[in-house]
Amino acid sequence: MDASQSTTHTIDIRDLTRRFGDLIAVNGVNLTVERGEIFGLIGPNGAGKSTLIKMLTTLLPPSSGTAIIVGHDIVHSPAAVRRNIGYVPQLLSADGSLTGYENMLLSARLYGVPRNERAERIERALTRAGLRDSAHHLVGHYSGGMIRRLEIAQCLLHRPKVLFLDEPTVGLDPSARETVWHQILDLRDNFQTTMIVTSHHMDEIDQFCDRIALITHGRISAVGKPDELKTQIGPDATLDDVFIKLIGTQGETETEKSYGEIRRARRAEREHG
Amino acid sequence: MARSDARAAPNASTVERSLGQAVYDYATQVFAVAAAEVQKLYHDPIELFTRAIQPVLWLLLFGEVMAQVRGVSPGNVRYLDFLSAGILAQSVLFVAIFYGISAIWERDLGVLQRHLVSPAPRSALVAGKALSASVRALSQALIVYLLALLLNVGVDLSPFKIVGAIAVIGVGSALFSTFSLIIACIVKTRERFMGIGQVLTMPIFFASNAIYPLSLMPAWLRMVSHVNPLTYQVDALRALMLVGGTSDYGLAADFAVLVAVTLGLLAIAAKMYARMGY
Repeated sequence: MDASQSTTHTIDIRDLTRRFGDLIAVNGVNLTVERGEIFGLIGPNGAGKSTLIKMLTTLLPPSSGTAIIVGHDIVHSPAAVRRNIGYVPQLLSADGSLTGYENMLLSARLYGVPRNERAERIERALTRAGLRDSAHHLVGHYSGGMIRRLEIAQCLLHRPKVLFLDEPTVGLDPSARETVWHQILDLRDNFQTTMIVTSHHMDEIDQFCDRIALITHGRISAVGKPDELKTQIGPDATLDDVFIKLIGTQGETETEKSYGEIRRARRAEREHG
Repeated sequence: MARSDARAAPNASTVERSLGQAVYDYATQVFAVAAAEVQKLYHDPIELFTRAIQPVLWLLLFGEVMAQVRGVSPGNVRYLDFLSAGILAQSVLFVAIFYGISAIWERDLGVLQRHLVSPAPRSALVAGKALSASVRALSQALIVYLLALLLNVGVDLSPFKIVGAIAVIGVGSALFSTFSLIIACIVKTRERFMGIGQVLTMPIFFASNAIYPLSLMPAWLRMVSHVNPLTYQVDALRALMLVGGTSDYGLAADFAVLVAVTLGLLAIAAKMYARMGY
């Protein structure tokens, strides 16, 4: 542990900021997440969710500020942070030209799973993810839901204390989404894994997340339990209403960006994140 | 299950790891990346055969015609023999110099980001990539060797020479694939990479001793060739591949140049690889 970075929170984000040229993608974010929480990040496209996750997973160095994850500083000890986290990117990250088993083997080796435990852990993880029968098929032939389950299973071989899932259910059919969420709940219940999840499906965020943060223009505009946020809006409000109330109108009226700004922002997003 | 996992996954940062364990973990991580490459080749070997076409054309078409030109090969060496070592180096170069595009491809997919979030040091990932390129290059080299034998080139098949050739091909392709990876880290898109790859391949190939001796070159081009690592790779391969082949600079010098440049490039690539995660 980094002795200087004492915090009782599993994740302690302090004034985290990232600039891309003139664009401030993440702007002074402060946030704490506790052990075993499923924490949802919601917000419109380009609000900074992915950039925030990239900094927390040490893929992207912050412009200023930092975060302490399981006692390790993302700026000063990124390698120690990486030993304690797992990351399922928004993009498909399993290798389609390898089999499910080969993907798992690659992860196990990269994550330093001891040689004599690899086979057993891979077998268990594949069984748990319901992929045992397709372990030796090429991932290129898997369905979207199977690939997601494999990717999550790949992240679990080293038993991370924190798991980052960037839109884990994007592009999946309802039953595949359900299965992925059950995999997530299973992890929390059995291993007290802390999870940061982004999603555009407000219904599943509402149903499965303990707390959520709404992000607009790189800032956190609301944090709380889904029920708390809903009651602030009205008696029968849904999370969709919360989203539209807090974000939808702001996004439309507050900043009328020029075409050039949007083009720069999108290009920055494509090149940097 | 939870109990055994707690034992199996101690918080690595709180445990003093022995140096031996660290070296073992590092080697495992390098090997993991290369093993995945071998598995991919095993699943889809077609690429190996299509890649064999180019060296065939160079040896059969270019080689047969150029062999008629007097003075193009030094001393009393047969031109096809002279050329075959150059074509071996060239086919390895062509595989390696476009190798960086696979990293861009993996970045677009998201595979690369996952590797970057693993505890594996960036240098291990980059070294794994270099080793992967060497594996590909060796499969290519096998084809050129077989082809040379068919064309009655005086191929030296003594075990010592073969092992030496494998080492030169391995280091040479690690060198150029790492160079390619550095370019990939800078340009980040396939379109830009293809343009630059084409621009680089020709000068590296022609400003070397691959298809004609340096003695035929004007002085300025000879100077360029002397700082071109491919020249040293070809020089070593001429000595190792051919019966009675000799090296102009000495095998030790060739190896020293290739290894030193490769290590330098690996160090740069390890620094730059993190940028692929942005």
